[in-house]
Amino acid sequence: MFRDTLSVGAKLVIFAAASVALMAADHRGRLEAPRIAISSLAHPLHFVASLPVAWFHQASAALAAREQLLEENERLRRERLFLNARAQRFAALQEENRRLKNLLESSTDILEGQVLMAELVQVNLQPFRQQILINKGRRDEVFKGQPVVDADGVMGQVTQVGLFSSTVLLLTDPAHSIPVQIDRNGLRSIAVGAGRDNALLLDYLSANADVKEGDLIVSSGLGGRFPPGYPVGVVTQVAHALGEPFSEVSVAPRARFGRSREVLLLWPDAEQRGQSAAGG
Amino acid sequence: MLSPNRRNGSWVILLSFVVALLLTGLALPDWAAHWRPAWVAMTLAYWCLALPERVGIGAAWLLGLILDAHTGALLGQNALSLSALAYLALRMNRQIRVFPLLQQSLCIALCLLALQGFALWTNHLAGTPPQHWTFWMPAVTSALAWPLLFAVLRAARRKYRVA
Repeated sequence: MFRDTLSVGAKLVIFAAASVALMAADHRGRLEAPRIAISSLAHPLHFVASLPVAWFHQASAALAAREQLLEENERLRRERLFLNARAQRFAALQEENRRLKNLLESSTDILEGQVLMAELVQVNLQPFRQQILINKGRRDEVFKGQPVVDADGVMGQVTQVGLFSSTVLLLTDPAHSIPVQIDRNGLRSIAVGAGRDNALLLDYLSANADVKEGDLIVSSGLGGRFPPGYPVGVVTQVAHALGEPFSEVSVAPRARFGRSREVLLLWPDAEQRGQSAAGG
Repeated sequence: MLSPNRRNGSWVILLSFVVALLLTGLALPDWAAHWRPAWVAMTLAYWCLALPERVGIGAAWLLGLILDAHTGALLGQNALSLSALAYLALRMNRQIRVFPLLQQSLCIALCLLALQGFALWTNHLAGTPPQHWTFWMPAVTSALAWPLLFAVLRAARRKYRVA
């Protein structure tokens, strides 16, 4: 009935208006429930689309020479020993840190929290956005805004949660900002994604700020979204344009975007995990 | 509504859309992904041209929503541009169908350029402007891929008598 009575132009107007309303609502984050439903529908599509790459990885693993695997095994064993030795000292240092903090009556604490490993789903999302899809979702109590790290540094945060998968916005996306500080002197700034060339830019650093190439940038924990102390990147370039009040500082992120196949989801607050399951 | 016996081979249409969506999601290196033809838009354009009484603006809108979810775009972004594409294809149906293939390709490229321009605008509004000229390239590669897609879909349509 509908298609016979309405002209093509009228239908276009109706559907265009519906699309604009949807876009506006989604941009303001008012579409949580429909988003979860619709991205769960897209899940089988993502799964099938990721199969060719998954098969390729499996085949290349199966074809890897025995010596190569032995060598990798040996390397990992060495790495584990090394990390274990470091972890022993870490426990002692953490205890000492807590004691000193207690003496100073300081409330800031690098919380331990919980972590969960997630795998990347090998699909391409929107071109020109820096986003990845991971195979953990609401079922695993993933929540919107959750920090995601890999072995080397902060990767980004969860922006959309489906039942079985979630979308992670990477640090390098132009829509992403993370509050940071320079590890050497505690100078605070905000690292914004440059959207290209695997780079971040530091905002609000005055032209005479004490920042040098090679400085380590870590998350500051301000804003409460990212836990403090995780490495974000290393300063690669400091430029002062004459007459500009701020300097232009580029940072190369530490996380290995595009190369790591596994990422870690953080629950900075250990109790939060139970709550997010209960309250959503 | 049309009677069911006239709606032959819906599965061919559905399958072509699923394949187009899979091609859209297939992981490619960054530089190659920027040149990926707009498979979903082209498949939609084909069916709007071939069977305008079956695939129309409503179908385009639904397909766009699925594409939005599939690519993690703002909900409604692709829904809007695919509806507009369906509208163009339906209005110019008579002309485009008798064009030679080369001219059809050109037509598709122009339509997709217009849609890309629109996407550029919505991306700017959302605060995430693309920062490279390859943003426009899908229109070109789509024009190159159109004859292939046209041949494949026409063969499928004739073989399975989709009407």
